[in-house]
Amino acid sequence: MLAFTLRRAIQAIGVMIAVGIISFSMFRFAGDPVNQIVSIDTSAAERAAIRKSLGLDDPVPVQFARYFANAAQFKFGVSYQFRLPVADLLKERMPATLELATCATILAMVVGILMGVYSALKRDTLLAKIFQAVSLIGISLPTFLIGILLIYLFAVVLGWLPSFGRGDVVRFGWWTTGLLTVSGLKALIMPSITLGLFQMTLIMRLVRAEMLEVLRTDYIRFARARGLTTRAIHFGHALKNTLVPVITVAGLQFGSVIAFAIITETVFQWPGMGLLFVQAVQNVDIPIMAAYLLMVSLIFVTINLVVDILYTVVDPRLRSTIDRPA
Amino acid sequence: MSDTAVPHQANPNASHAGATPDRWLRRALASDVFYSFRRSRLTMAAAAVTLLFFLLAILAPLLAVQNPFDPAQLQLMNSRIAPLWTADGQSPFLLGTDEQGRDVFSAILYGLRLSLVVGVLGVLFSGTLGIMLGLIAGYFGGAVDGLIMRIADVQLTFPAILIALLINGVAKSMFGNRMDAMSTLAVLVFAIGLSFWVQYARTVRGSVMVEKSKDYVAAAQLIGLPAPVIMLRHVLPNAMGPILVIATINLALAIITEATLSFLGAGMPDTMPSLGTLIRIGNNYLFAGEWWIVAFPGFALAALILSINLLGDWLRDALNPKLR
Amino acid sequence: MTEPVLSVRNLGVEFVTRHHALRAIDGISFDIAKGEVLGVVGESGAGKSVTGLAVIGLIDPPGRIAGGEIYLSGLRIDNLPPEQMRRIRGKRIGMIFQDPLTSLNPLYRIGDQLIETIRTHTNLSEPAARRRAIDLLAEVGIPAPDKRIDGYPHEFSGGMRQRVVIALAICAEPELIIADEPTTALDVSVQAQIISLIKRLGRDHGTAVMLVTHDMGVIAETSDRVAVMYSGRIAEIGPVRDVVQNPLHPYAKGLMGAIPTLASDAERLVQIPGSMPRLSAIPPGCPFNPRCAFVFDRCRIERPEPIAVGTQAVACHLYDTAAKDTAA
Repeated sequence: MLAFTLRRAIQAIGVMIAVGIISFSMFRFAGDPVNQIVSIDTSAAERAAIRKSLGLDDPVPVQFARYFANAAQFKFGVSYQFRLPVADLLKERMPATLELATCATILAMVVGILMGVYSALKRDTLLAKIFQAVSLIGISLPTFLIGILLIYLFAVVLGWLPSFGRGDVVRFGWWTTGLLTVSGLKALIMPSITLGLFQMTLIMRLVRAEMLEVLRTDYIRFARARGLTTRAIHFGHALKNTLVPVITVAGLQFGSVIAFAIITETVFQWPGMGLLFVQAVQNVDIPIMAAYLLMVSLIFVTINLVVDILYTVVDPRLRSTIDRPA
Repeated sequence: MSDTAVPHQANPNASHAGATPDRWLRRALASDVFYSFRRSRLTMAAAAVTLLFFLLAILAPLLAVQNPFDPAQLQLMNSRIAPLWTADGQSPFLLGTDEQGRDVFSAILYGLRLSLVVGVLGVLFSGTLGIMLGLIAGYFGGAVDGLIMRIADVQLTFPAILIALLINGVAKSMFGNRMDAMSTLAVLVFAIGLSFWVQYARTVRGSVMVEKSKDYVAAAQLIGLPAPVIMLRHVLPNAMGPILVIATINLALAIITEATLSFLGAGMPDTMPSLGTLIRIGNNYLFAGEWWIVAFPGFALAALILSINLLGDWLRDALNPKLR
Repeated sequence: MTEPVLSVRNLGVEFVTRHHALRAIDGISFDIAKGEVLGVVGESGAGKSVTGLAVIGLIDPPGRIAGGEIYLSGLRIDNLPPEQMRRIRGKRIGMIFQDPLTSLNPLYRIGDQLIETIRTHTNLSEPAARRRAIDLLAEVGIPAPDKRIDGYPHEFSGGMRQRVVIALAICAEPELIIADEPTTALDVSVQAQIISLIKRLGRDHGTAVMLVTHDMGVIAETSDRVAVMYSGRIAEIGPVRDVVQNPLHPYAKGLMGAIPTLASDAERLVQIPGSMPRLSAIPPGCPFNPRCAFVFDRCRIERPEPIAVGTQAVACHLYDTAAKDTAA
């Protein structure tokens, strides 16, 4: 178990180093950092001085090591647009994104699992067919169109929900939350649905397929031969075996939910990291782009690691194969 | 070459899974007439809609009342006119106009062109890249294989949209913020291509691995034929079915990605709008009640993607029920 | 004479596809008495397993019982409502499947699976059910059952898992056990242990056993009577000793010739030419006629019904004494 965790952790560090190299290359080579700082009429001598003071004359490996050491302390440099440290900008925006992504994931999992189980157990009912059709549409409609549609319906036509922003937030230290105010909760509804819809359809399809597969297995047949109630078979045996892979996938998807939040945050002008990133791309603010890539990768890699370890806790078969000395 | 691409005759290698596409097709069609018919009505409708969109895109200059990319043809006095059938409608603007006096119908036709061009070129680029890398990984194996597949693994954990945005941002920074529309298009194709190669590579690599262990490769080498040539002839036809499915589904994904990038302001510029750009522009006028500027491009985009996805679903079921 | 535990009368099972209905079981009848082991033997596809599934009521669509009756100690069970049939499954009929590796849910401890089954069919409390589960594990020969009860299925070997499966099948003291190829997936060395376990349990509890297998050797060792199935019909049924030593049906003769014995001086095992027809291509008359060495015209036209010959019953026109003169 320990060896397995260690091996996974080393792999994760390897991925982070690779992403770090990409991030550094962007930072260093995509557009000259000096040009972003100085104005057009800065003299060549001044440019050289700035170049030296930034350490851009040092050998590339040295620069990379410095970049990496800084990044490890969350020093990502200064944003070209805002003239503020990137780390502060990200920190300020992070709670909004994490709150949105968490709500969307919970929504997607709860509704997706319910719909998936229903359409697996009652395969031929009308409702199950409607779910299937809805899931195809959910996969086909681009996220931003869904967001626009919701805004038009609930904000423009009905006027029930706010069309942009986070509403009122409550501050705890550096963390801000919209979960404690009415306007904050109302503001969260549409973005959560928009962001969660794709994962929801994904989870629904996965649960349905997995459950149908599990219901065909020998141990379900044997459970029926033992006279267990349908309820015990469906919601005890079949569901538990279905949920193991589903939870893995849903957990792994949390990273992409954060990345997909880029689109949702833009549609709803949600003040999170994604919106910051899109503005950075539009305005070629390389330090923010590089830092965002690093941050998101760190979240991805951490989640992957946690899910891998959790998976072995849930599934006893894996636990023993891992425990066995290789 | 042509006889390997369409292996009608009984081919000894056709016995393993994913063999000749037309045999799968025939079997799938013959297997369940009723089901296939019911299913194919939807599929045929999807095919018809997809075809219609391609025709509209190709014939755009003939059907459009103006060239929306030509500022000289736009008149501000024609701006924000409602669709023809409403009380405020004006001929010849069937679906109304936007804030620059651009005819929405014409803009959709031209935008469709851009979306399809980016989508098709993106798929071709990612397909070529993926197939090549898959062949290389499968053929050489060892460290090369390990490196390519490790990159694939890592990339697969990152959503394509993030990769495409990053490439876009870097390109902007390297070529300056004021890129002309054509180079933006090229960057989009490049960004999308780099985001979607992994699935092709995995499929082709798997196919190569299967073929490599077969006796005929050893036999061919014994009689002095170059193994890569022999394998290519067998690997590609065998992998064609899955590749076609991936390509169809990826076409929908590529179109979504392009539209999303343009919507986010990292794609086609306002002067040469794709469907995504049109939606972004129209979104600003939604609150003013001018719904038609966003609704029609949005509907066109959704219908296009849904039809292609339906085609992809059908292809997947017809060619290889195991590929999920 | 006491009532048989299981009585199957003229049972038919068919599988309905979009195009036609295929008859997997075509009018079979047999009884199993209390404490008796009936071996059901035949090639794969002969309908042995389907018969077992029909008895316990687990034929899945598109399959369905298409005729006949099944009685469990006099109670007709083939047309019971699903909920009543569920109560019989596991309680009055226990079933053992072929592959112990896949019969147990990998995510549950074996104790949980046992206790769950016991509590479904009895009023025992959780601790009492656990004690019963430990007793059961001991009875099927699992060492240190009080420790092993908390193990997961993957921690058991194939033979041990099959013992757990057997414990699960007998946990409510059923009147009838259906064992569907219980040893096929096991190592040869383990097979004998499992067979003797099933035999012992049947004897100790007076349970009737329906033992489905393609292995004539297993039948000869375990069963009191044997039914030889071919293409969804019973070709011959009778006491094991009689059928093995004096098979009547040409197919049974071929099958008995295929039992390897140490005493046998034959150089090679006898082989029956050809193979069993697919369900969609069963010939008219006797289904065995294309492969039969003694075939005559009537076999190709008229379906043979079981004829009593001594202790045995055989479905073959050769033994129709009334018509024999015309045949000869």
